[in-house]
Amino acid sequence: MNFSIYDFTGFVNSIHSWLNENFSSPIGDIIGMAIIGICFLTFLALLGLTLVYAERKICALFQQRLGPMRVGFWGTAQTLADIIKLIFKESLITKNSDKFLFNLAAFVVMISPVMAMAAIPFAKGLHVLDFDIGIFFITAVSSIGVTGILLAGWSSNNKYSLIGAMRSGAQIVSYELSVLLSLLTIIILTGSLQLSEIIESQRNGWWIFKGNIPAIIAFVIFIVSSTAESNRGPFDIAEAESELTAGFHTEYSGIKFAFFFLAEYVNLFIIAAVGATVFFGGWMPLHIGNIEFFNNAMDLIPPVFWFFGKVFALIFLMMWFKWTFPRLRIDQMLTLEWKYLLPINLANILLMSLVSLNGWYF
Amino acid sequence: MLKSISKYFSDIYNAVKSLLTGMKVTGYYFFHPKEIVTQQYPENKDTLKMFDRFRGEVVLIHDENNEHKCTGCSACELACPNGTIEIISDKAIDPETGKSKKIIDTFVYHLQMCTFCNLCIPACPTDAIKMAQSFEHSVFDRSKLTKVLNKPGSKIMAGIKE
Repeated sequence: MNFSIYDFTGFVNSIHSWLNENFSSPIGDIIGMAIIGICFLTFLALLGLTLVYAERKICALFQQRLGPMRVGFWGTAQTLADIIKLIFKESLITKNSDKFLFNLAAFVVMISPVMAMAAIPFAKGLHVLDFDIGIFFITAVSSIGVTGILLAGWSSNNKYSLIGAMRSGAQIVSYELSVLLSLLTIIILTGSLQLSEIIESQRNGWWIFKGNIPAIIAFVIFIVSSTAESNRGPFDIAEAESELTAGFHTEYSGIKFAFFFLAEYVNLFIIAAVGATVFFGGWMPLHIGNIEFFNNAMDLIPPVFWFFGKVFALIFLMMWFKWTFPRLRIDQMLTLEWKYLLPINLANILLMSLVSLNGWYF
Repeated sequence: MLKSISKYFSDIYNAVKSLLTGMKVTGYYFFHPKEIVTQQYPENKDTLKMFDRFRGEVVLIHDENNEHKCTGCSACELACPNGTIEIISDKAIDPETGKSKKIIDTFVYHLQMCTFCNLCIPACPTDAIKMAQSFEHSVFDRSKLTKVLNKPGSKIMAGIKE
């Protein structure tokens, strides 16, 4: 075992070769997959707990409140207590609902973020699947989530759920375009969809700095449209507590409700991770050109901390505007996408192509 | 044409500007925990001070000689929309003039019916009653909410006339 916090390649390879030596071909692979699955499930559970706590605390501070303070030190055990409560709650199914689809929907919404997570590079060598179409895979898979939301809304047999699901469908179909186009703006510079190559191309500086103005515009569009895609505020019209009770998950209770809740936060993580990877260099430490001593000093901080630092900074940014801006109406939201974000995005791609052709980036 | 194009871009500029203003406000709150208004209630019981204008319950002001200013005119009783205040008056001989005079026997206050509307306070011609800042009113027996506001053995202050 040659474990190093700076490079996980050796560690991962040693586990892999140990499995191959001790087990025959299919069994070893299955055990390997099971290990990865267990790691991901543990990670997802911990991520859900921390993000829900962080959201409640950060939201409270933005609103001049204290947030959870009673359970544990500064309320740190609050989310754990909530999860225990949700596990023990009865999972109700309404009388005239489509029971099969109703149960299926809760799993479908969880499938998409878990699949997307497989393609995310957490640190050097800590990468489950390094597709050569990584970005394409993540964006394709994360739109499966809307199927779950539509199923949930349809099968609940509830008018609020159905309206919420239809709004969510309209929203995701329109904002998916902007997410992809804003990512394409950076793909023009990297010339590859493979996430490891995108990160490698940022060895001498992150794209948000290297790509100058079009990269910053692309980042703003990305963060706005991906927030909309994950149904988070100020675009949470699919849930819209004040008008639709809870939107598509009105009829869900107990652990199935927790699935929807968890899926929202895992989606938030995925979005922040993709944003961090494409615009902020993923696990790549902050490098400025070829200034050796500065780059070496930055390399001292392990890549895994860089990755999670960037991701949580982006999550903080998204929570910041969730708890600042009021919710958009459905027509305002579609106006924002089709009249503002999309034309700007297309013009921005043209601008980025010019920048790329003339070599105006660093 | 040109006007609508310039409006399009000025809309974007103004939208971004106003959104950033909003984020600046919440960002200020986030980085200044002193702005938090929440109070940790049972823990801060010793230091908790309610605001002057908080209306907790009606009290009859007594001074150190156990004297109050209530003449028993029942103006507050008439002002109260809920029948919260009930004044049982008595007759007593004024020692100075020797004439019969109205005094209060019991000043009954039904806390369970009070909406803390503050109409009784300005109605009082002698400023005998006020709103107190206490708020822990829960009791296990409803009869405890019917309070007698004049302390036992108290009497009206000298020189207070209707």
